[in-house]
Amino acid sequence: MGDSLSVVAVALVCVTTVAVGGLGLRLSRRTSDFYVAGRTVSPRLNASAISGEYLSAASFLGVAGLIYDQGVDLLWLPVGYTLGYLVLLVMVAAPMRRSGAYTLPDFAEARLGSVLVRRLAAVLVVAIGWLYLVPQFQGAGLALALVTGAPAWVGAALVAVVVALAVGAGGMRSITFVQAMQYWIKLTCLAVPAFVLLALWARSGGGLPPVTESWWTPFAPRSADDHPVYRTASMMLALCLGTMGLPHVLVRYYTNPDGVAARRTTTSVIALLGLFYLVPPVYAVLGRVHLPSLPPGVRSDTIVLELPERVVSGVSGDVLTAMLAGGAFAALLSTASGLAMSVTGVLHQEFLRPRLSRLTGGDAFGFGGFRLAAVVAVIVPFFVARHVEQIGIATTVGFAFSLAAATFAPLLMLGVWWRRLSRVGAVAGLVVGAVAATSAALTTFVFGPMGGWPGALLANPAAWCTPLAFATTVLVSLATPTSVPRDTARLMVRLHTPERVDLARSRIPE
Amino acid sequence: MTASFHVPTAIVVAGAMLLLGLGIWVAGRGRRRGFLSTVDRVTYSTLHTASLASRHLADGLTPDAADRAGRHLLTILGASSVAICDTSGLLSWTGPGGDHHGKDAHDHASATRTSGAPTVLGSDVVTCSDPDCPIRAAVTAPLVADERVVGTLTAYAPAASAGLARATGELARWVSAELDVAELGRARTRAMEAELRALRAQISPHFIYNSLGAIASFVRTDPPRARELLLEFADFTRYALRQGGPFTTLAEELRNVERYLVLEQARFGDRLQVSLLIAPEVLPVRIPYLAVQPLVENAVRHGLAAKEGVGHVTITASDQGSEAEITVDDDGVGTSPEAVQQVLDGVSRADSVGLGNVDARLRQVYGDEFGLVVETAVGAGTKVSFRVPKYAPGVHAE
Repeated sequence: MGDSLSVVAVALVCVTTVAVGGLGLRLSRRTSDFYVAGRTVSPRLNASAISGEYLSAASFLGVAGLIYDQGVDLLWLPVGYTLGYLVLLVMVAAPMRRSGAYTLPDFAEARLGSVLVRRLAAVLVVAIGWLYLVPQFQGAGLALALVTGAPAWVGAALVAVVVALAVGAGGMRSITFVQAMQYWIKLTCLAVPAFVLLALWARSGGGLPPVTESWWTPFAPRSADDHPVYRTASMMLALCLGTMGLPHVLVRYYTNPDGVAARRTTTSVIALLGLFYLVPPVYAVLGRVHLPSLPPGVRSDTIVLELPERVVSGVSGDVLTAMLAGGAFAALLSTASGLAMSVTGVLHQEFLRPRLSRLTGGDAFGFGGFRLAAVVAVIVPFFVARHVEQIGIATTVGFAFSLAAATFAPLLMLGVWWRRLSRVGAVAGLVVGAVAATSAALTTFVFGPMGGWPGALLANPAAWCTPLAFATTVLVSLATPTSVPRDTARLMVRLHTPERVDLARSRIPE
Repeated sequence: MTASFHVPTAIVVAGAMLLLGLGIWVAGRGRRRGFLSTVDRVTYSTLHTASLASRHLADGLTPDAADRAGRHLLTILGASSVAICDTSGLLSWTGPGGDHHGKDAHDHASATRTSGAPTVLGSDVVTCSDPDCPIRAAVTAPLVADERVVGTLTAYAPAASAGLARATGELARWVSAELDVAELGRARTRAMEAELRALRAQISPHFIYNSLGAIASFVRTDPPRARELLLEFADFTRYALRQGGPFTTLAEELRNVERYLVLEQARFGDRLQVSLLIAPEVLPVRIPYLAVQPLVENAVRHGLAAKEGVGHVTITASDQGSEAEITVDDDGVGTSPEAVQQVLDGVSRADSVGLGNVDARLRQVYGDEFGLVVETAVGAGTKVSFRVPKYAPGVHAE
C-alpha cells in the first residue's frame, strides 16, 4: 500500500517533468493585451526558479541525514548553502548580468577575449556539472530503493532517462515556470510532513532526543585524529565561493532584464532558501527522537524518508512518505535537469557541434547533435554514480563545490573586480585550482575516506585549493602584464555601470 | 583496499614521480635549446622581440602603443635610448635621459620629417651638460605609412656608428610596414562598419504612406484615436531612425513590432489577427535591431494585402538552450521558393520588405549558419524563422 502510493507520487513527478519539458508551457495572448514589458520574468518568479533548481537531493535528503548522523556542527551546512548566494549577490550578480554572458565560458571569453580560457572554462563546467550530477543519481537510487525496495541503480536509471528525455525533447522550454513550480512543490512536500511530525511530537510530550554529548557540542572531534574546525571552515569556504561557479545557477541570471533585477532576484533567493533550510534540521532532531540509532541497512541519507512510518502508522504515514518521496524526486529532477541542460549546452556548443559540422561538412545534424550531447551529459555521471556508491551524497556535492570554488571563484571575482587580471594568469589559476581540487577528489573516490590531516585536507580541499588558485592567478597576472586584455577598461565600465546611466553618446534625445 | 594502502607513502611516491617527470621535461627543454647555434639564437630572439613589438603597433601610432613598442625596439637596436615622434610632437621616450633630452627629440627629427631621409646628428647638435648622460649622438629614420611620413624613430647613443645608422633605418622600415598593416586593419573595420550602416534600417516607404493615410482617415471621425496613432507613429520612427549601436534586446524590438501592429491594425481592422507566443527567458537576448519588424511587415503584406478575408500572423520566440529562435508565421498567399531564393541571394529586390537585408545582417553578425530560414509555397502561407545565439562575442545592446 505504502509502496504503491510512493510509486504513484514518483511517477507523477516524472511524467509531469517530461510532459512540461517536451511540450513546453505555452502562453498565448492577443495583441490587445500584449505588453512586452509586463512579460519579462519578475525577480520573484526568477528567484523561485533559481531556488527550485538549486535545492537538490543533497539539500532535501543529505542535510537532514548529515545533521542526524554528525550533530550540530552540520547546521553550518544550510548556512553555507545560503551564504553562497550572499557572496554571489555582493560580488558578481549585477556585473555578471551586465556582461551579457550566458554561460561561464561566455563570461571568460567576454572578459579575457581568449579562446583558451573559454575552452578551459567549458571543460570545468562539464566537470563540475558531472560531479554535481553524481549525487543526484545516488540520491535517486537511495530514495527509490527505500520506498519500493528496488535495487539502487533503478532509481538512478529512472532519473537519467527522464532527464535525458526532457532535455533532449526540446531543450526544456519555458523552464522558468517549471522550476519555480518545483520550488513550491519541494517546500510543501518537505514542510507539511515536518509540521505533522512536529505536532505529534509536541502532543506526545516533546521529549528531548537521547543523544551523546558530542552530538550537541560544537566542533567535537568524531575520532582522535579528526579536525572538526578545519573541516567546517573548509566546507563553508567551498559553499560560499562555489555557488557562483555552478553552471546551472549562472544561466538563470541571464533571464533578469538588468543588473538591478539580478540583485533583487538574489535577495529573494536568499529568503526562499532560508525558509527551506529551516526544515531539514527539524527532521534531523526528530530522527534522533524516534530513531536513536540507525536501523540496520538504512543509511543516514534516507532518514527523512524513513521517519514518517516510524511515527505515524497506517495510511496517513504512507501518505506522508509518498509526499516526501515525490518531493525528493522533484528535487532530484529539477536540479538534475538544470545541470544536464547546462552541461548539454556546453558539450554541444564547444565540443560536439564543431566536430559534427566538420564531419558532415555543414549543419546536417542540427538538433540531433544536441540530443547526442544530452545523452552523453547524462550517461557519464550515471556510471560514475554506480561506482562510488559508498561515498555519501553530501561528500560528492562538497567536491563539486570545492572544484567550483577553486576554479571559477578566482576567475569571476578577479574578473569582475581586478583590472590587472591577465589571460595567462587566468589560465594558470584555473589549471592550478582544477588540478588541486580534482586530485583531492580522485584520491578520496579511489582510496576511500582517510583519517588524520591527509584525510581532512583531501576530503575538504577548498580551504587550501582556493587560496592557492587565487594566489596563482594574482601572481601570474602581475608577472605577465603584457597579456592583460587591451579593452579591459572599457569592459569594466560596462560591467559596473547601472543600465539607467546612458553610455551611448549619440542618440535622439527623448 | 584502504587497509593495504599506506597513504603517506603513496603521497610521497606520487610527489617524487611528479618531480622526476618535471625534471626530465625541463632537462629535455634545455637540451633542445642547446642544439641552436649562436646565430640561430640571435635570429630567434630578434624575431621574438620584433613580434612582441608588432603586437603593440596594431593600434597605429599612439603614445601608449609607442611606449610599449619602444621598449622592444630599444632591445633590438642596443642603443641608449629610443624616441618615437609623430608629426606634432614626442610620443614616447624609452631609456635614460628622457627628462632633459625628451623636449628636443621632436626638433632633432625635423630634418627627417621634411626630407623623408634618415639623418645622423653628432655631439654638436645633441648637446648635453650632464657628464654621466650617455647621449651624445642621434640617428633618426622616418616612419612612412601610405607613402607619407607619419612619424620618426630616433636612436640615441654615445656615438653614431654606421651600424647603428643602418639598423635604425631598417628598423624604421619594418615599423613602417607594421603601421601599414595596422592601417589596413582599421580600413577593414571601417569598411565593415560602413557595410553594416548601409544594411541598416530600411523602413519601407509604403508603410509610411499607408500609416499616414490611415491616421488621416481617423482625424475627423475619431480625433483621440488619431492622436494616439500619431504618437505611436512618432515612437515607431524614433526607434527606426535612432542613431544608437547596431544591437537591441528582443524585448525592445518586440515593443516596436507592437507599435507597428497597432498602426497596421488601424488600417486593416479585424482583418488582421495577431498572436504572440513569447518565452520570457529570451526577452533579454540581444539581436540586430530591426531584425523582426521587417519580417512582420512582410507577413502582414503577404498574409493580408493579397488575400480575401481574415489573415493570421503568429510571432513566436522560443528558448533553445544556448540559442533563441524567432519565427514569424502567416497564412497568406505564400510564394514560390524560387522567388524567395532570389530575394535572399540579392538577385531580385521586388516585393520583399527587407527580407534580404535582415538575412545579410544576421549572417554578417553571427556567421552563415544563422541566416533566415523561409518555408513557403504558393497558397500555403509563409514561415520565416531565424536563430540567434544568446551570447556572441562583441554583441551587446546599447
